[in-house]
Amino acid sequence: MALEDSHVRRAAHLARLAVSDDQASGFVDDLSRILDMVDQLQSLDTKGVAPLSHPLDATQRLRADEVTEANQRDAFQRCAPAVENGLYLVPRVVE
Amino acid sequence: MYEKTLTQLAAALKSGEFSSRELTAHYLQRIEKADTKLNSFISVTAEQALQQAEIADNARANGTAGTLAGIPLALKDIFCTRDVKTSCGSKMLDNFIAPYDATVVEKLSAAGTISLGKTNMDEFAMGSSNENSYYGPVKNPWDLTAVPGGSSGGSAAAVAAGLVPAAMGTDTGGSIRQPAAFCGITGLKPTYGRVSRFGIIAYASSLDQAGPMARSAEDCAHLLGVIAGHDGRDSTSVARGVPDYVESLDAPLSGLKIGLPKEYFGDGLAPEVEKAVRDAVKVYESLGATVRDVSLPHTHYAIPAYYVIAPAEASSNLSRYDGVRFGHRCDNPSDLIDLYTRSRAEGFGEEVKRRILIGTHTLSEGFFDAYYTKAQQVRRLIRQDFLDAFEDVDVLMGPASPTPAFDLGAKKDPVSMYLQDIYTIAVNLAGIPGISVPAGFVGNRPVGLQILGTHFAEAQLLNVAHQFQQATDWHLQRPAFAEEYA
Repeated sequence: MALEDSHVRRAAHLARLAVSDDQASGFVDDLSRILDMVDQLQSLDTKGVAPLSHPLDATQRLRADEVTEANQRDAFQRCAPAVENGLYLVPRVVE
Repeated sequence: MYEKTLTQLAAALKSGEFSSRELTAHYLQRIEKADTKLNSFISVTAEQALQQAEIADNARANGTAGTLAGIPLALKDIFCTRDVKTSCGSKMLDNFIAPYDATVVEKLSAAGTISLGKTNMDEFAMGSSNENSYYGPVKNPWDLTAVPGGSSGGSAAAVAAGLVPAAMGTDTGGSIRQPAAFCGITGLKPTYGRVSRFGIIAYASSLDQAGPMARSAEDCAHLLGVIAGHDGRDSTSVARGVPDYVESLDAPLSGLKIGLPKEYFGDGLAPEVEKAVRDAVKVYESLGATVRDVSLPHTHYAIPAYYVIAPAEASSNLSRYDGVRFGHRCDNPSDLIDLYTRSRAEGFGEEVKRRILIGTHTLSEGFFDAYYTKAQQVRRLIRQDFLDAFEDVDVLMGPASPTPAFDLGAKKDPVSMYLQDIYTIAVNLAGIPGISVPAGFVGNRPVGLQILGTHFAEAQLLNVAHQFQQATDWHLQRPAFAEEYA
């Protein structure tokens, strides 16, 4: 499956990653080589094989629906780039 | 002091030969002198280390000290530490101080060990040479023109150079075992779920696992006993008792059945590495083990499957770095999208961006089944290869890496770097444990023997590795670099 410039731009948009035109062409080259290597998978017959998402086939554990965490907003906001009155600051979204 | 193993240091602290404060000061001094050349640490926490050492010495005097109390260690800079920067080797987290300790860090502190600091690594653990760090490459103490391996390259180099007796690493596709091999130390990747991932910065969550890197299997056994176990804060950690890994080290190996996967001795394996590994297998035969050839037929699909699954998980995990809650933020964002896209573009390095883009692409509409579902199906076949092999043999042995450490700057093409991990990556896909032990040299560069076991066979792997280290002295060799700072 050949990779095109539009694929890289779409992925960059979905991943919220700014990519310049120069960088995009470099990524097309690199990612194409990686996907060529990945395409070896297509030669393997996997009909009827169930996908494996966890090496021990574990499923999510359930626990009682109880509050177990104390509020640590101040501690967590100490590493934020910009906060005010306990709120995270971002550029204005709504005028 | 630096020439002793962790086990020997613990005995010396117990007998009062020296104090933890003296020992800690000794290593801090070695780091100060030698690390300008190695670059193995991102942060050195001298003051805290000496305070912790004093606490350990007091516990020793009161008779409340455990076996490892007062032992200095280092942590790969992927383990969150309260009050100490956790960068994950990235500009993105150059200003990040975690509000909590990782479970591994908590357990090591509770055991009374001392943290000397945080070690260098490939950015977000993505790399096999430690050249992808925002803080610059680490040098291999056996040869300063060679890479130490990656991604836990700083941990491996620091232990090999005698800057710390042992260190913690993480392994997603070989990141403990390959640098351990390149630096001539012993490194264990436990079974997926054996050690809690809580507070370990996530790369690929279904593959990541933490483990010890030290001078001997015995040292690793002591450390695994401390860090292993169930943790309610990691939903994938396994509720299963932790055996006494030290007690079982001395079991004899007569009757041990060793399998040699024929795919691990094929094209691309350096002849001198193959010779060292086959010589090591002969040592096992002399200890009473039997050897047979086995096959892991899907081996060559492991790297392609990994480079779908790991980047897919990474693209999701790394979406949390948004320039809002923590981490790097660009200057003067014009709007919210500009804030996200520019903060991420400035904060992440090239390899991280590549993997985010690959993962985003393969998970996107129209490509998901062809890539992601397919890779997960292949993952099941790869795991089945191992389960089938362990029906016939107890452990598998082979090289940890097809070559010894390569030169800094030698591998510019990402795919050629990825192919280095051919012998380690399938192990993470299968979730089984593996250990690399020193087994010789090519010139002055070490060779690692990799030993693999079935799920939760860590005690057996450590026993098998320890018996080899009783019969050989490869693990006791030290680089000349370490002696320069004696």
